[in-house]
Order: sequence, then C-alpha cells, then structure tokens
Amino acid sequence: MLIRHTPDLRESEVTDRRLYLDRRRFLALGAGAALMGAGQAQAGPIASYAKGVVVLDDKPTSKEAITTYNNFYEYGTDKEDPAKNAPGKLKLRPWSVAVEGECARPGTIALEDLVKPHRLEERIYRMRCVEGWSMVIPWIGVSLAEVLKRFEPTSKAKFVEFATLADPVQMPWIKSRVLDWPYVEGLRMDEAMHPLTLLATGLYGEELLPQNGAPLRLVVPWKYGFKSIKSIVRIRFVETQPRISWEKANGREYGFYSNVNPEVDHPRWSQASERRIGEFRRRDTLMFNGYGDQVGSLYAGMDLRKNF
Amino acid sequence: MERRLKPAVFLLCLLPLAWLAWRAWSGDLGVNPVETLNRYLGDWALRFLLIALAVTPVRKVTGWAAVMRLRRMLGLYAFFYVCLHLASYVGIDLFFDWSALAKDIVKRNYITLGMLAFLLLVPLAVTSTNAMIRRLGGRRWRRLHMLVYPIGMLGVAHYWMMVKADIREPMLYGAILAVLLGFRVLDRVRRRSGAAHAAAPGR
Repeated sequence: MLIRHTPDLRESEVTDRRLYLDRRRFLALGAGAALMGAGQAQAGPIASYAKGVVVLDDKPTSKEAITTYNNFYEYGTDKEDPAKNAPGKLKLRPWSVAVEGECARPGTIALEDLVKPHRLEERIYRMRCVEGWSMVIPWIGVSLAEVLKRFEPTSKAKFVEFATLADPVQMPWIKSRVLDWPYVEGLRMDEAMHPLTLLATGLYGEELLPQNGAPLRLVVPWKYGFKSIKSIVRIRFVETQPRISWEKANGREYGFYSNVNPEVDHPRWSQASERRIGEFRRRDTLMFNGYGDQVGSLYAGMDLRKNF
Repeated sequence: MERRLKPAVFLLCLLPLAWLAWRAWSGDLGVNPVETLNRYLGDWALRFLLIALAVTPVRKVTGWAAVMRLRRMLGLYAFFYVCLHLASYVGIDLFFDWSALAKDIVKRNYITLGMLAFLLLVPLAVTSTNAMIRRLGGRRWRRLHMLVYPIGMLGVAHYWMMVKADIREPMLYGAILAVLLGFRVLDRVRRRSGAAHAAAPGR
C-alpha cells in the first residue's frame, strides 16, 4: 500500500538545497566561471531559512564591516587581508568534512549532505573578539547539536575538536609560521550540544564569503571570536581536552574555555569594555557576552579565573 | 639648495598627518576608525624616532654635514607624533576615562612602557632650544639627550608587546634600532682604540 506522507511543506523548502547548489555550480561553471575564476563558487543567496529575531539594542553590524574586517590568519594578519586574499583562493566546492574519533558513525561527508537534513535558521548573535571589539551578525546555519547527534558520539566523547583547512596552495600565508597550522579549536561536549551553538553556512541571507570562514564555520556566541573556527574540514570526538591553536601559541593569555568575561582581563589589556564596530564610545562587555541566562549553568562551580 | 633643505623637510614631515586628515575627511579610516587612527599615529611616532636616530649615523657614513641641521627638527617631529598618538589613545579611544587610563598604565606593561617613553621625551623636547643648550652646557645637554637611546628601545618594546602573534613588523623596527644603536657602539669603540693608538705612538 502506498503511504502518502503529507509533507510539512514550507514555502521556503520548495527548492531542494542540493538542487539549488547544483544549479549554482552549473552557473558558476558557465558564464560566471570566466569572470570569477574557474571552479570558484560565488556567494549567492541561501534558498531558504527561518528568519531570526533582532533583539532590541542589537542592530546588526553593516554587512560591509562584517565582510571586510576579519581575523583569518591563514590569509594574512591584518584585518583587511582576508577580504583581499581569501576570495578566489579558497576553493569552496567540492567541500567535505572528515568526522572522526569516538563515535559510532565516522566518515567523510560532503558539505551538502552534512547540512541538508537540518533546518537552516537565522540567528542574530553578538560576536565579541578577544581584542576588544564586537559586532552583531545575522548568521544562517544549523544547530551543531543536531548535526553531531547523527554521528552517534560514544560515552567516551567528552570533547569535540575542530580543524580548519591548512592547504599551502589555497592559503600561501600559512608558510609564515604565525600559528601552528592547522588551526584547531575545541568545545566540551555540553558546550557543543548547547542549543545556542551554531554551525554556520551563511550570513545576511547569503552564503558565507571566504573571509568569514566559508563554507562552514562554528559560531559560539558566548565565547571570544577565535573559538568560532572557520572553514572546517575535520570534526573529531575525543576523550581529553584538545589543545587549541591560541593556547599553543600563548597559553598564558588564551585558554581552552575563553568565555567572554569582563572580570577576567587578558594579561595585556582589559576585557571590561569593548568597541562595537560602527559605534564611537566603548560599551561595557557583558558576562558570557550577554548569554549568561542560557549558558551560565554550564560553568556552575567552576573557577572562571583559572579556567579562562 | 641647502638653505631650502630644512623647510622642505619640515613640510615633508607633515605629509603623514595630511594623509591621515584626508583619509579621515573622506571617511577612509576603515571599519574600526579609532584603532586605525591610533595605530597609524603610533607607527609614525616610532618611525620619526628612528629617523631622528638615523641622522648621526648618516652624517658619519656619508660625510654629509648639512643633515645635522635637521636633527632637532626630526626629533621634535617624533615628539609631535608621540603626542598625537597619546592624545588619540586618551581622548578618542578611552574618551578621557581617567580611571581606565590609570588602570591601563599600572596593569598593562606595554602601556606602562609607552607612557614611560613619553615622559622621558618631555625633558628632551623642553631642552631643545638654543637657549636651553647654552644654559645646560653642551656636555650636560648631550648626556641628557642620550636618553633617546632607551626611549627608542621602549618604543619598540611598546609595539612588540602589544602585538598578538605576528611579530614580524615590530622585529623589523627592532632590527633598524639595533643597527642605529649598534653603529654608535662600534663608532665609540673605534674612536677609543684610535685615540689609544694616537696616545701611545710606537707601541
């Protein structure tokens, strides 16, 4: 007997994302390729996503600022470097992610297959950089927890480690050993499974641009920006706390947790205030970047001075 | 020609400021204008300090004596850009938040060093007039103005310590300073041994 599923069809889900991506690839290989460089995917609008809510007082930062003021050392250490260097260099398709470690279903999965089963949604988050500036960014992505569950992490999976692509051809700047490449980040399992944690594929209604960590990046809004690792190629479930890149570079200044905390200063500068990009006066930095109600319980009983 | 050198260099030294003013006026200070302003002025303060420190070695190596007439002006330009850098930090970045400034000076080593460099520069700027040189006497004046060597080191350290990971640029400034100071050490050693030879002929 034929069972008819009544699909819970949203207007936004009419175009299948894979078809949509195929169409885009086709276009990119056609007329676009001649202009944009062969095989280079163009950033286009994202077919569908659930709209996010703008919290009062947190007007999204201009798209221009978000896409031209970046820290992405694989493309140079000046803020303007990634926007200049990454487009055209970072090859966005095909992209796959290796999922490894303490899970029942490891394997390498194409980006499209990683994201497709999940609902894309817009999340308007504050982003606080450890350097003392901040933005408000309308991300588009999927819940990291939902994605991770599919790989069935075992009871030994206590942490998740992420790695950025480290390809000297696509990223010639990594030849200067500013950091120990590949860039590695990590979360405790409960942080990774927290509903606020996002695996982003877009911002401002469009696919991520290379300088923002295309095609797939992490967004952990209550932690300093460097925790939100860009251009992810590897996700590994591990039993012990991973050593993250900035901790390796300078463990006295950067710790594994790196929660936004106005009371714990960076050894060289105060974290009590921040400059919101687009504003003139500094504003006070909020505990957990203002997400304390949601995430504070994750750290109950922990000495946040020691676990900075 | 040589008479026009000084006014020409005077105007040349204002170019970085003019360029900054133009960028500010045309809204070209980027996404984080406060940071751009501060870094730009700091860069030029350090560059002028090194340029002023290069005058004596240039004269000794090239024998071009007229360059000495620029030394005071270049030193004062270094002080000028240091003052602008400090003003942008206190007045624009911190917006005259004096308690934040006090905390920064005490707690942030790179700011402590930067502030110290500024304070040490003040007496040098104050004693830069002919009248002050006469009042102090050449020997004491020269001794006082040797403070510019530690000031140069403080300036480079101030920059070096504020950088997050990529120390290549402060290293470059450090290398230039090392050459300029190293030249003086070598020059002194050479002159001493030269004097020793002259004092003991036939040995």
